[in-house]
Amino acid sequence: MMYYISGILIMLGSLFILLSAIGILKMPDLYTRMSATTKASTLGVGLVLLGTAVFYQNIGITVRVITIISFLFLTAPVAAHIIGKAAYFDKVPLWHKTKINELEGKYDENNHELK
Amino acid sequence: MNFLYFATEVSIILIGLSLLIICVRLAIGPSIEDRIVAIDLFFANAIGFVGVYAIHNNTTTFLDVGIIIALLAFLGTIAFSFYLERRTRK
Repeated sequence: MMYYISGILIMLGSLFILLSAIGILKMPDLYTRMSATTKASTLGVGLVLLGTAVFYQNIGITVRVITIISFLFLTAPVAAHIIGKAAYFDKVPLWHKTKINELEGKYDENNHELK
Repeated sequence: MNFLYFATEVSIILIGLSLLIICVRLAIGPSIEDRIVAIDLFFANAIGFVGVYAIHNNTTTFLDVGIIIALLAFLGTIAFSFYLERRTRK
């Protein structure tokens, strides 16, 4: 029974990983690409590692898996935020159909602080 | 057990395919930030691959490698972005 749960979790997780890879290839813009990859890859890797923990049913393995998952959940938003900030100041172009840019004119271009 | 073997084979194929797609983005990415995002996703996929490999070969040693990969990916992304942001500051 546990084998089936583990296998289904692993296949679902790798499907989400593949979706995030398709997102990074097909999205038109750096910012939409980050939106696709950060969420889908975090969910996919979390599901795969959860499947590993269900397969082994060992306290040591479960602790390692929980460590990796919590570390991913803590670091993925921070890394995405810092990449987005660096890209905005590096003037990476927005998509031509972007409707709204709320940061425009609110930052000092020289020292990167809020006006 | 047979179903689990099938599941790990399918997962290895899917994750390998996504690693190839990420390498395409790593090659053609127009800006440096695109490449940093691609490297970040590449490391995340490597962690997923470690999890599948641990089941497929019935060895638990590689899960420790997953922790190290997660740490190194985060530190590399932060370092790259920090210096990119400082380069545009006057």
